[in-house]
Amino acid sequence: MKIIVSIKEVPVRDSQLRIASDGRWIEDGDLGYEMNEPDAYALEEALQLKEKHGGEVIALCAGPAGAARTIREALAKGADRALHIEDEQISSWGTLGLAQLLAKAVAPEKPDLILTGLQSDDLGYGQTGVVLAELLGFPHATIIMAAEVLDGRIRVKRELESGWFQNIEMPLPAVLTIQSGINKLRYATLMGIKKAKTKELKRLEVADLGVAPSPTATIERLYLPRKTKQTQLIEGSAKQAAAQLVEKLRFEVRVI
Amino acid sequence: MSESVLVIMEQRAGAWNRMSLETLAAGQKLAAELGHSVAAAVPGRGVAALASELALKKLDCVYAVDHELLADYTADGYTAALDQLIRKVQPSLVLFPHTYQVRDLAPKLATRFHQALISDVIGIRAEGGPVFVRQLFQGKLNADVRPGGPAPYFVSIQAGAFNADNVASGTAPLETFTPELTASVIRQRPEEPFRESTGAVDLTTAEIIVSVGRGIKEKDNIPIVAELAQALGGELAATRPVCDSGWLPIERQVGSSGQTVAPKVYIAVGISGAIQHLLGMKGSKTIVAINKDANAPIFEVADYGIVGDLFEVVPAMVEEVKSCTVLQR
Repeated sequence: MKIIVSIKEVPVRDSQLRIASDGRWIEDGDLGYEMNEPDAYALEEALQLKEKHGGEVIALCAGPAGAARTIREALAKGADRALHIEDEQISSWGTLGLAQLLAKAVAPEKPDLILTGLQSDDLGYGQTGVVLAELLGFPHATIIMAAEVLDGRIRVKRELESGWFQNIEMPLPAVLTIQSGINKLRYATLMGIKKAKTKELKRLEVADLGVAPSPTATIERLYLPRKTKQTQLIEGSAKQAAAQLVEKLRFEVRVI
Repeated sequence: MSESVLVIMEQRAGAWNRMSLETLAAGQKLAAELGHSVAAAVPGRGVAALASELALKKLDCVYAVDHELLADYTADGYTAALDQLIRKVQPSLVLFPHTYQVRDLAPKLATRFHQALISDVIGIRAEGGPVFVRQLFQGKLNADVRPGGPAPYFVSIQAGAFNADNVASGTAPLETFTPELTASVIRQRPEEPFRESTGAVDLTTAEIIVSVGRGIKEKDNIPIVAELAQALGGELAATRPVCDSGWLPIERQVGSSGQTVAPKVYIAVGISGAIQHLLGMKGSKTIVAINKDANAPIFEVADYGIVGDLFEVVPAMVEEVKSCTVLQR
């Protein structure tokens, strides 16, 4: 089966974020980037399905030229080839425009299955996969914790709130958004990294995809959240702070 | 087209999802500020009783979106039904609770109207039209988002962002809307929801919880926090990534996909405070945060905080706790 995995590059977890001078985005020039974590789980799931059923895994990414690093990582982990929709201002396309670009890139491949992470760790809108499914006319299911390919169909375990789950079956081709923790991530091997250099990485120009920008929501202002609670910050050396905290737990919170 | 807000309520087996009522409060507030009318709709099968309940709220209209094929939630069925309702009602804004079901449904629905969902909204302001506040970068930053393009705009509201007690009462006309649905448009075949055996760990009754996040770095470091939990006579809990990595069993997971707890004291160790985690513990009476990053969102909800290295602070706490419990004996 042919599986496309849509991946995104996001700032490295625990990056120190600074708001840009226009107040609408972050200073992103000096940030490090990595594969969005839920997308890494989607890639792993695709690789495991390929190992079980055969076929091909294609990594798909829309992003600036620098995103090629993350795409190479996907190839090193085992994706067979990759599609890179290259644009330095990819975020200006908005969720709908971006999904339209992805749909145009995906359609000629006629995949059996499209996987992506349930949300991105930067914008966190959590909808690219679902929008992509609608644009392609594919059925979808979200927040998936297990996937089993049957004959022309797929049965998935969908996470609901508070520890509940539900199994759902639907015909292929389909789109699934994958929940973190569905599987155990592999590391790229040295051999994998070497092989990745020879694998096909096809660049697609935005202009060739024939999508008109359809701006929807825009960010007017970015700012630090206001605190909802007055936090007593306890300072001093680790030992002093620990002693003070325990004293407060004892005499103010009264749990010791 | 008159300007109006439409709130889509969520129910299962004849009971409201609590977040729906919070979203109703948000819808009433937004409509009042913008000078819009406000209506609510409840999709499902046999929803007349719930719709009658809504008819006792301060609303301009209530829609019971009733159909045999809406008995079980499916993305295809619910999208088709709500698509038809929205084309009939023509609201300028459609509000949803940000539930797992809405995350499955609303982006698909919005796409049909050439829109994207403004998801997981924590605040609303009327400033020459609506402005929505969202969290970015896992809660590290907030953004004011203004919708654009063709109406209606689609918005989902985060759990706990609005107070369900603020829903205003009144009387509203009730209308039954029967969408045109055929079984062939529904491609998903849902089975009965189930719970996996949750083991014996019930964190909801614990008075003291020591909870650990990614900051613990590796499985071999878990005993450092386990020792603090033990010294305090509390339960050990964890965030989702810690359980996903297999460092602690999933029965100890706190958050929107795990247990929701409200102990006397919740000590968050090496937890940055992603919203999915905060939803499971922000009702705790006292919250203590120990984290090396002073900007971590966990400090926004903490009563006491130590910005420091957990590998130094936690063992020092264990020593302190042990010495005062010895004194007490």
